[in-house]
Amino acid sequence: MYHPDNVGGGAAWLAEHKVKHNELAVTLTGPKHSLCLKNPVMTASGTFGYGMEFARFGNLASLGGIIVKGISLKPRHGNPCPRIAETPCGMLNSIGLQNDGLEAFRDHKLPQLPWKDVPIVVNMYATSAEEFGELAAELNAMEGVAALEVNISCPNVKEGGSIFGADPAQAARVTRAVRDNAPAKPVIVKLSPNVTSIAEIAHSVEDAGADMISCINTLIGMSVDLRSRKPRLANIIGGLSGPCIKPVALRCVWQVANAVNIPVIGIGGICSAEDVLEFLLVGASAVQIGTATFMRPDAAFHIVEELPKAMEKYGIRHLDDIRGMLALG
Amino acid sequence: MVPTTDCCELSVLDLVPFGLADPVHRFFALRLSPPNWPDWKPGQFLMLRPKSFGQEFPWGRPLGICLIRPQHLICFFQVAGRGTELMAKLRPHDPVQVWGPLGNGFAVEPDTPTLLLAGGMGIVPFIGYVAQHPKAWNVSMLFGHREPLECYPVDSINEHIPVDTLRETVPGDLDNFIFTLQERIKEYASQNGLILACGPLPFLKTVQSFAREYHARVQLSLENKMACGVGACLGCVVRTTDAWPDPAHRNAPVQCCTQGPVFWANQIELA
Repeated sequence: MYHPDNVGGGAAWLAEHKVKHNELAVTLTGPKHSLCLKNPVMTASGTFGYGMEFARFGNLASLGGIIVKGISLKPRHGNPCPRIAETPCGMLNSIGLQNDGLEAFRDHKLPQLPWKDVPIVVNMYATSAEEFGELAAELNAMEGVAALEVNISCPNVKEGGSIFGADPAQAARVTRAVRDNAPAKPVIVKLSPNVTSIAEIAHSVEDAGADMISCINTLIGMSVDLRSRKPRLANIIGGLSGPCIKPVALRCVWQVANAVNIPVIGIGGICSAEDVLEFLLVGASAVQIGTATFMRPDAAFHIVEELPKAMEKYGIRHLDDIRGMLALG
Repeated sequence: MVPTTDCCELSVLDLVPFGLADPVHRFFALRLSPPNWPDWKPGQFLMLRPKSFGQEFPWGRPLGICLIRPQHLICFFQVAGRGTELMAKLRPHDPVQVWGPLGNGFAVEPDTPTLLLAGGMGIVPFIGYVAQHPKAWNVSMLFGHREPLECYPVDSINEHIPVDTLRETVPGDLDNFIFTLQERIKEYASQNGLILACGPLPFLKTVQSFAREYHARVQLSLENKMACGVGACLGCVVRTTDAWPDPAHRNAPVQCCTQGPVFWANQIELA
């Protein structure tokens, strides 16, 4: 048990459970808005559908948060197939932000989600700062939306995407457009690792009013088939994710957390509760589980369950005790 | 203890190389401890990820469910790459992560004359189909294959229903098979029968073209590449036609894993 001296009886169990709950809870405090999570484990956009696809594999309300598939104002069909390829310890995708559009999300997807019990974060994509603003205004009005995650880092689209994420001025412009049009919601900006200095972009979006930063989106990669002499993706290049990118993600989170004063949400190859703790150690306040969900659909639920055990193993009583406490020198 | 969730760890009971398969096209019958999936339907599939995949192979592999019985689950696979190569090394008691049952399954119309069209390992889901069919005397099968008949689990089917088999060994055999397909599809279309097809893509395309020509009611079971199997990764999408029932997704990509893997032939475009 988590507290071996506190056992026996329903009341004791409840007390222990409550303590446990508090030890896992995290509050991400941004300059304008905060986001309270019952635990630091969220699901990454594009790997968890619109959420309900996974209700059969675990209790959605046990998660720290759900970040839904990137949404645009209008439905998008995405890129041609093949658009996924398995690579050693990872995968490439070039989905190209296929989604049902804002209306379908608002009318059909969001009402099904247990948004009163678990924060629903909407990942959003647009091709211009103006369109980002328009989308933000629509999402701002939805009660069931807990926060917005601004995707300025998708490597698989011609317009917008990582073009915004690679230029500090453009990144700031998009962040400001969302910030101004969604005054009621925390704004998370999702950064790309495919930049010269991720700290510089992070600074820029912080100055533009982001409440938090999530990183990293996928790395740009490629895979080829020697037999057919063709690329394995119709789009030729795509986004690399999975355990193989974890060292890059840890580095980015560490650099960003040292560069800004807003909370950082770590993403990149997290497959276990220990991986979660590693990201907290380098400065993340919370994390997102992505490709691990393809390794087993209950990965995020499983990691939430394993987290107290991993904390006990490493002598961590509270997540605050480890956050950003990387021992140097 | 019987696992009770849709994502569970099962153990390998045994793995048997099937028939006299040549080393290039190695088929295996895989028996697993049974999951608790009482509502399983023939044509559905599962995702299987051996623990031995570690982190190197992140994806599970989609496998058609052949049969689920109180004592076991049976599926088949063919070695096609490094992942299935590793699966061919599974031993009894090895743990595998399994999630399912996934997808929609085949239509069952007990009183309708039903023709099963199987190409190669496409025969597998029909084993469960004929075993569960309430009026199997209304079902018959046409089976096209390249390897010797012993390489396929055809005995589990012809104990229930008549099976016509055609083997391709020389080039003319394929024309003969296609002609036979055409005749049978025409025949079933004329009596408003139900036709179900499972097999490699070129085979499905041929079936689809005859389905269109004769306005036959045909379902095709697709085997697209998948990462998640549950509708999230959007890697397995197939393009719909004007005939797709939901107007919002006509002429649009839909997930093979959740909207299929069984589709009405007139509702999708094959790549």
